[in-house]
Amino acid sequence: MANKVWKFHNDVDTDQIIASQYLLLPDIEAMKIYTFESLDPDFAKKVTPGDIVVASENFGCGSSREQAPSVLKALGIQAVIAKSFARIFYRNSINIGLPVIVCKDLYDHVEDGGTAELDLSAGTVTVDGRSFTCTKLPEYMQGILNAGGLIASLNKEED
Amino acid sequence: MGMTIGEKIIARAAGVDVVKPNDIHTVTLDRMMSNDGTTHLTVDMYNNKLKHPKIADNKKVVFIMDHNVPAENPKTAEAHKKMRNFAREHDIALYEGQGICHQIMMEDYVCPGELIFGADSHTTTYGALGAFGTGVGCTDFLYAMTTGTSWVMVPETLRFNLHGKLPEGVYARDLILTIIGDIGANGANYKIMEFAGDGAHNLTIDERIVLCNLTVEAGAKAGIVEPDEKVVEFCQAHGRKAVHMFKSDEDASFARVYEYDLSKIKPVVVRPDFVDNFDTLEVVKKEKIKIDESFVGSCNNGRIEDLRIAADVVKGRQVHPNVRFLIAPASQAVYIQALEEGIITTLMKAGAMVMNTNCSVCWGSCQGVIGKDEVLISTGTRNFKGRAGDPSSKVYMANAATCAASAVKGYICGPEDL
Repeated sequence: MANKVWKFHNDVDTDQIIASQYLLLPDIEAMKIYTFESLDPDFAKKVTPGDIVVASENFGCGSSREQAPSVLKALGIQAVIAKSFARIFYRNSINIGLPVIVCKDLYDHVEDGGTAELDLSAGTVTVDGRSFTCTKLPEYMQGILNAGGLIASLNKEED
Repeated sequence: MGMTIGEKIIARAAGVDVVKPNDIHTVTLDRMMSNDGTTHLTVDMYNNKLKHPKIADNKKVVFIMDHNVPAENPKTAEAHKKMRNFAREHDIALYEGQGICHQIMMEDYVCPGELIFGADSHTTTYGALGAFGTGVGCTDFLYAMTTGTSWVMVPETLRFNLHGKLPEGVYARDLILTIIGDIGANGANYKIMEFAGDGAHNLTIDERIVLCNLTVEAGAKAGIVEPDEKVVEFCQAHGRKAVHMFKSDEDASFARVYEYDLSKIKPVVVRPDFVDNFDTLEVVKKEKIKIDESFVGSCNNGRIEDLRIAADVVKGRQVHPNVRFLIAPASQAVYIQALEEGIITTLMKAGAMVMNTNCSVCWGSCQGVIGKDEVLISTGTRNFKGRAGDPSSKVYMANAATCAASAVKGYICGPEDL
C-alpha cells in the first residue's frame, strides 16, 4: 500500500521535531501534538498513521532526546527514510522500534505530499512504479527492531 | 594493527584485546548519567515496561536535575518528583541545582579510560579527561541501568593534530566552532574526534571541556583529548586516581587526519540556524547586528575561565539599555569561586542578571527565553531554529568576550570595539 510522504530538508534537528519546552510533559501522548511545530504547526493534525517521513542528510541531529523518535512513532509514522541520520536519533529509533532507513536515492524522486510504498522485508521503497534499494541494517540492530525495540528484546532475553 | 584511544577504551569495556571499526561489542559501562530532560520517562518505563525491573549497580548511576531547575511549572514539578523519589527509593546519587550535569560529572566522577553513557548529547564532554562519553536516549539508559551493559558499534576515529597556542583573545570555543565550520554539522557523524599534539596539551582542562563538549555538534559519538599530566593533576585535585591513560598507537588507523595551527584561529561568530554556519567576528561585526539578549553560560562555556573573560570585558562599563545580559555559572562550585574572585560583583555592577546554575537560556525551556524575531548572542551549545524561544527568533554563537562586548554595545562586536 502506498502511503503519504512528508518531506523535510537537510539537518532537521531534534528541537524542530519536538521543542524543549514540551519535553517535561507527563508522557509522549501529551507531547505528540507539538511534533514539527516550528516547521508546520498543524503537522500532528494532518498526519495519518502509516505516513512516511522522508528527509535529506543528517536527520535528527542535535540532542539525545528520545522524545523525538517517540512522538513520530506515537503519531503512527511508519518509517523515516533519509539520505543519512545523526547517530543518536538513529540509535534511539531502533531502540524504540521505529524503522529508520537509509536510502540515498529516494529523496530526489519523491514530492512532499506524494506517495511511496515501503517493503521493509525486501528493503525497497517504490515511487510511481520505480523501486529504490535501501541500505541494510546490521544484523544486530535488525534483531532489536524485529523484537519491537530494545526493552521488548531485553524482556524476551530475561524470560 | 594498533588502536586509537577510543578503540582502546571500548576494548577495555568489552573485555577483549582488540577491536576494530564497525565491530559490535557488548560492553560493561563504568557509569551512567541521566538528567531531568528525560528521567521521568525512564522511570515510567522502568515501572511499566520492564518484566524484571532491577538495577545492576546503583553506585554507577547518577541522576542530575539541571535542565529545568528549579521547576518552572507544576508539570515539571511532577516530573522532578518522580525522578527524586526514584533516586531515593533505589539509593541513586541525586544532584538538584548543584550544576549542569556534565560539569558535575567532571567535578565528581569522570576518570580517564572510562566508558560512560549519559542521557544527554553533550556527554562527549568527558573526553576532556581522556574518557569515552557518549549520549544516549532513555531506552538505552534504562537497558544500561538494568543490565550494567550495552552494545556499542566501534566508530572510526578522526584525528586532529593541534599545534601551538591560541592567540590572545581567541578561545577554545573559537577553535571548535572553526573545526565544525570546516568539517560540517555531520562531518564527524558516527565517528570519534580525537585531539592530540602539543596544541592539545597546551589547553587547560576547562578548554578541553569546551572542545569535547561541542564535538557532538559535528555528529561525533565521542570527542577525546589525549590525556596527559594535567588530567592526572585534575583527578588528584578532585580526589580521584587516573588509571587508564590511553594514547593512540603509532600504527593506529585513522579515517582522516587533520592539522590545525592554533595561532591561525580567529574569533568566530556562528550565524543562525545551523552550527556550521561559520563566519569570523571580523566579518560579522561590520554588519552591526542588533541584539536583544546576550548569554554567558551552559555546559560549553559557563566555567570560571569564561566568567572571568566576561567580567574583564564589562568591568567599569554598563550593559546597553536595550539588552538583557544573562549569566548562568555551570555549577555551584564555579558560582562560589566567581563570588570569591569578585567576578559576580563586577558582572552585576555592569547590569548583568546572574541566575542560578542550570542549562538556562541554552535550552530554551527555562529562563531567558526570547520572543518573536528577537536576537540572542550566546555561548550556548546550539543555534537551531527556535532553540532559545520563539521559532522566528535568532541565535548567534560566539565566545564569552564577544557576548560580553555585544551586551555593552547592543550589537555584535568584539571587546576591541569598546
